[in-house]
Amino acid sequence: MSVVADLTDINQASVAAHARSIGDVVLSVQNISLSFGGVRALTNISFEVREHEILAIIGPNGAGKSSMLNVINGFYHPQEGKIIHKGVERKSMRPHEAARRGIARTFQNIALFKGMSALDNIMTGRNTMMKSNILAQALYFGPARKEEMEHRKFCEHIIDFLEIEAVRKTPVGRLPYGMQKRVELGRALAAQPDILLLDEPMAGMNVEEKEDMCRFILDVNNEFGTTMVLIEHDMGVVMDISDRVVVLDYGRKLADGTPDAVRANQEVIDAYLGVGH
Amino acid sequence: MLYREAGQFKTTYSADQQIFPILQDRIGFFVTMAVAFIAIPMFAGDYLTQTIFIPFLVLSVAAIGLNLLTGYAGQLSLGTGGFMATGAFAAYKLATSFPDLNIIFVFILAGLITALVGILFGIPSLRIKGFYLAVATLAAQFFLLWLFNKVPWFTNYSSSGVISAPPMSIFGVFVTGTEASHTAKYFFLLVLVTLLALAAKNMVRGHIGRAWMAVRDMDIAAEIIGIRPLQTKLAAFAISSFYCGIAGAAWAFIYTGSVEPLAFNIDVSFRILFMIIIGGLGSILGSFLGAGFIILLPVFLTNAPHMLGLNIPVDIISHMEVMVFGALIIFFLIVEPHGLARLWQIGKEKLRLWPFPY
Repeated sequence: MSVVADLTDINQASVAAHARSIGDVVLSVQNISLSFGGVRALTNISFEVREHEILAIIGPNGAGKSSMLNVINGFYHPQEGKIIHKGVERKSMRPHEAARRGIARTFQNIALFKGMSALDNIMTGRNTMMKSNILAQALYFGPARKEEMEHRKFCEHIIDFLEIEAVRKTPVGRLPYGMQKRVELGRALAAQPDILLLDEPMAGMNVEEKEDMCRFILDVNNEFGTTMVLIEHDMGVVMDISDRVVVLDYGRKLADGTPDAVRANQEVIDAYLGVGH
Repeated sequence: MLYREAGQFKTTYSADQQIFPILQDRIGFFVTMAVAFIAIPMFAGDYLTQTIFIPFLVLSVAAIGLNLLTGYAGQLSLGTGGFMATGAFAAYKLATSFPDLNIIFVFILAGLITALVGILFGIPSLRIKGFYLAVATLAAQFFLLWLFNKVPWFTNYSSSGVISAPPMSIFGVFVTGTEASHTAKYFFLLVLVTLLALAAKNMVRGHIGRAWMAVRDMDIAAEIIGIRPLQTKLAAFAISSFYCGIAGAAWAFIYTGSVEPLAFNIDVSFRILFMIIIGGLGSILGSFLGAGFIILLPVFLTNAPHMLGLNIPVDIISHMEVMVFGALIIFFLIVEPHGLARLWQIGKEKLRLWPFPY
C-alpha cells in the first residue's frame, strides 16, 4: 500500500516537474534607462521574469537586446531604474557578484577559454563553488582532490547531457562552432544558475544544430527548472519554445506577452515589416 | 607503437586526473627522477654540478614562478629580477637576524615576504594589461634594486653592498657557505625544486589554475562566470613572487654564495622571460626545458667551435651567443609561440599514430 502511495508521489512529482508550473517573479526589471554618451540604448524598460519560464527578448538589430542582458548580469550599469533579483534590489553590481547570485550567461560571440579543454571550461563554471585553499591545492591529495572529484562528477553529468563526451579532453579552440556553443552552454549550466541568459544561442547554426540546441534548452528548463532569458532572431524558434516574449525596438519596449499575443500586436508587425509614413 | 595510451583504461575520475595519466609518461618521470637523484650526483663532477645543474635548478624555480604569472595567468611581468633580489635580501636579513632559524624556514619566509611585495606591485594589473603592465612591473624591477643598493640596512651596512650567505646546515649537513659540498647543495636544491614543481603542477590543475587560465584567455568571460579578477590576479602575483623569491634566495645562498643587488638586474628578468618563451608558456615542463636550454646554449656555443676544430676568438663567441639568442626568440615567437613544450606535445601526438599516417 505504502509502496503504491510512494509511486504515486513520485509520479506526481515528476508530472509537476514536467509541467514546470511557472512560479513567482524571480527577476524584475523596473524603468531601466541606459545611455552611452548621447546614445540612448534603453529607455524606460520594465518587465518581469517568472520562475521556470522561458522568456525571449526579440527585436530588430540595435534594439538594445544585448544591452538588456548586459544590464541584468551587471556588465552595464544603467543610469536609471532598478533590478530586483530574488526580492533584493540591487544597485550597480559587478558581473562576478551577479554570477555568484545565480545569474549565468552565454555570449553571442562564443566566449570560451580557448586554451583549455572542454572539460576544464565546464569545470570553471563550478569555480565559485570550490573552496579548497591554495595550500590544499598545492598538496592536491586530501580535501582538494575530494572536492575536485565531486565537481568533476557533476560536470560529467552535464557533458553527458549535452552529448559532448567525445570531445571532453579536446582544447575548445579546435572544436567546430556548434560544439563550442554547446560547451559554452555547459559552462553556464555547471554554475547551476537559477537564471540563465542566452545571447543568440542559435546564431550561425544549421537546422539540425538549431534543433539540438532547442532540445537542450527545453530539457534544461524541464529537468532543472532553470529560468531562461534568451535573445533569438529565428522567429520559428522563438514562437515554439518561449513562454513569453518581450519585444524591443530602438531601446523601447513595444510588447510583452505570450507568443501568440505578440505575433498579433500591430506595433510589433510595424517594427518588423516597416510601415508607410 | 611505443607511445600510446591504447588499453590503458581509466575507471575512476581520480585516475583520469592524475598528473601523468599515460603510463609511458609516468615511466619517463620516474626515469628522470632516478637520473636526477642517483646518476647525476654519482657521475657528474663538482664542476658540472656547480656550473650547470645548480644554476639550472635555481633558474627553473624562477621560470616556474614567471610561468605561473605570465604563462598561466597571462600577466606579463618584467620584474622577475627584482622579486628574486627581494627573496635574496629577505633571506639574508632573516638568516643574519635569526641565526638559529632553519634554512627551510628562511627560504619559506623569504618567499612569503616576496609574495607580499609581489602583491603590492600586482595591484596595477587590475587596471592595465599586456604591454602597459610589463612597464609597470619594470618599475618593480628598478625600484627594488635601487632600494637594496641605497638602503644599507638591507646589506647589514656592508661597505661593498655585497651580501654573503652565512653557513647553514640541514640535518647536520652544510648546504650554504664554504664548507658545503656541491653534492649537498645539489640534493637540497633538487628536493626543493621537486616539491615546488609538484606544488605548481597541482595548483595549475586545480581550480586556482583554471581561474588563472580563464583570466588569461578571456577576462570578461571569466568575470561573468563568477571569477573575481582582482583576487585571481593578485594570487597569481603572490604565488609567482613566492617562487621567484625562493629562486633568488637559492641563487644568493646556494649557487653564488654572495651577491650584490646588480646580480639581479633587468638582464635576469629578460633571461627568465626568454626561458619561458622558448620552453613554453603555460607549461611547467616548459619551464624546465627553457631553463635547461638557456643554460646549455652558451656552454654549447663555447665548446662547439673547438669540437669542430674552428678557432674563433672568445669575443666573437660571446657576440654569437647574443645573436643566436635573439634569432631563437624570434624563431619561437613566429613558429611555435608555445615553445619546446608544445613541440614535445606535437611529437607525442605524432607518436600515438606512428607508423600510420592517421
